[in-house]
Amino acid sequence: MSSQETPEENLPAERADDEHAHGAVSVADEKHPFADPGLPPHEHRIQDIDERAAKRSERTVAFLFTLSMLATVGFIASFVTIPADKIVYIFPLGHISGLNFALGMTLGLALFCIGAGAVHWARTLMSDEEMTDERHAIAAEPEVKAKVLADFKQGAKESALGRRKLIRNTMFGALTLFPLSGIVLLRDLGPLPEDKLRHTLWRKGLQLVNMNTNEPLRPSDVAVGSLTFAKPEGLEEHDHDFQTEIAKAALMIVRLQPDDIKDKRELEWSHEGIVAYSKICTHVGCPISLYEQQTHHVLCPCHQSTFDLADGARVIFGPAGHALPQLRIGVNDEGYLEALGDFDEPVGPAFWERG
Amino acid sequence: MKKLSARRRHPLAALVVLLLALACTGGLYTAFAPADEAQAGTTAQSLAIDEGKKLYAVGCASCHGTGGQGTTDGPPLSGVGAAAVDFQVGTGRMPAQQPGAQIPKKKVIYSQAEIDQLAAFVASLGAGPTVPTEAQYNPEGADIAKGGELFRTNCAQCHNFTGKGGALTNGKYAPTLEDVDPKHLYEAMQTGPQNMPSFPDTTLTEKNKQDIIAYLDAVNSDDSESPGGLELGGLGPVSEGLFGWIFGLGGLIAVAVWVAARTAKAKKS
Repeated sequence: MSSQETPEENLPAERADDEHAHGAVSVADEKHPFADPGLPPHEHRIQDIDERAAKRSERTVAFLFTLSMLATVGFIASFVTIPADKIVYIFPLGHISGLNFALGMTLGLALFCIGAGAVHWARTLMSDEEMTDERHAIAAEPEVKAKVLADFKQGAKESALGRRKLIRNTMFGALTLFPLSGIVLLRDLGPLPEDKLRHTLWRKGLQLVNMNTNEPLRPSDVAVGSLTFAKPEGLEEHDHDFQTEIAKAALMIVRLQPDDIKDKRELEWSHEGIVAYSKICTHVGCPISLYEQQTHHVLCPCHQSTFDLADGARVIFGPAGHALPQLRIGVNDEGYLEALGDFDEPVGPAFWERG
Repeated sequence: MKKLSARRRHPLAALVVLLLALACTGGLYTAFAPADEAQAGTTAQSLAIDEGKKLYAVGCASCHGTGGQGTTDGPPLSGVGAAAVDFQVGTGRMPAQQPGAQIPKKKVIYSQAEIDQLAAFVASLGAGPTVPTEAQYNPEGADIAKGGELFRTNCAQCHNFTGKGGALTNGKYAPTLEDVDPKHLYEAMQTGPQNMPSFPDTTLTEKNKQDIIAYLDAVNSDDSESPGGLELGGLGPVSEGLFGWIFGLGGLIAVAVWVAARTAKAKKS
């Protein structure tokens, strides 16, 4: 490329002697106020002048490549010979899978040695002469531009796109309609939740069932200081909608001394000090159950929101926006704990229309 | 028979009857000898309580009150049961060095015999959970998978999913469960030490507790298997991220420095 076509600003400062300019110093003039010091003089490596050193480097590179080959063979051998469930003790990793360890180590070694060999080769044996090159102009040359335009026009003419309007219009139609499939798929983002966020499975008369034993709970089963998780009667783990329902209905049941309960409504909604709260954090919906039985505080493991179960599950720390919803409970004729209705507010995190 | 009835008025007849009656009473008494043992048992029990009371007066009364009624420095002990004492003293948490957010585990300073005496005394203050028998806490044959499920539902929120422990509020924390004696695991679930809620048999049955102990034994002891390799404390993304940043990125930087470093030059002649 000739220097006339190169825009001025893309060029480094012109140098008096462009080729073999090691250590050349051009002189500053009006256009280029700073002198270009050029490249420092080239220094040779030991390998460039001492053949024995070069041979040594060659052997090192060959050794690394050979090691890589051996490691690959080792990889295949470990894959074939080590049983998948073999556990070995390796300090300081502990009792780990022998197969995983062997495969990882050999594969890692094989790859690392290829890379390390290539780097060592490039650093010690390949040419390290400094080279200078001019920047290319960004715009294409006029002849190239003209050729491309001519080719395009000829192509358009040969395809007869302008003449055969039926083809052109149907093609436009096909291209316009095709993206509709993508838009239709967006329907799967819906349907809108409607009032699903406002209701859970709980309703009047449903018994509270212990998640661990799958048995309905009696008031005497819940001791002061204990923590019990409950689900609504009738919801079983193998139900197809179990996860959807338990995500909203999960309960945390604790018993407080009725005198310790500061919130009047909480006391009214409890049964002999037994209170049932939603297990879903009102911040972003993590299951929250780090219950400190002496302070009656519940801590969320995700963002440390802290609720005081003795005071209407009021937020006392952290980002949660409102108290945990309480479920009103009582005892049925058979002496089991039962819900006296659904939660009176949506459980879990706030949402736009929650109000 | 005639002879016998003929001698009923013999002067020694009364004596013979008396001797027979005495022998009968003695025989009956011997036959009900277990009553004797029971009495000895109660004596041993009350002896243990007496010994325990002495130990209590020295080691515990300053915080828990002379009669276990509790003070501002320590909770009342009536109704906590022998299991709570066996756990707190048996893991060295009690006697505490100082009151605080959390009483840490430390060297056990009482012998098991002394712990049993203390437990007997505290149990006499009010009914509570008793020390479990080995049949109750032995994880042999328990369902490890079920234990894992129960652990993740009931315990993992504080103790981490492999029982490595975690932080709570204001300096409190859930301790690691690594290599905790099965008996102490059982007692902790039964009694709810410090801020841990309790899981009585109505919440978590004896079988459930055994399953949990078996799960911890499988995933969280010195010789548990970890096929994935280095656990990095089993703490999740914090330690794993730190390891990635320091050793992963550090290694890449080291290699980049090596690739771009100046090679050794020949000396200028």
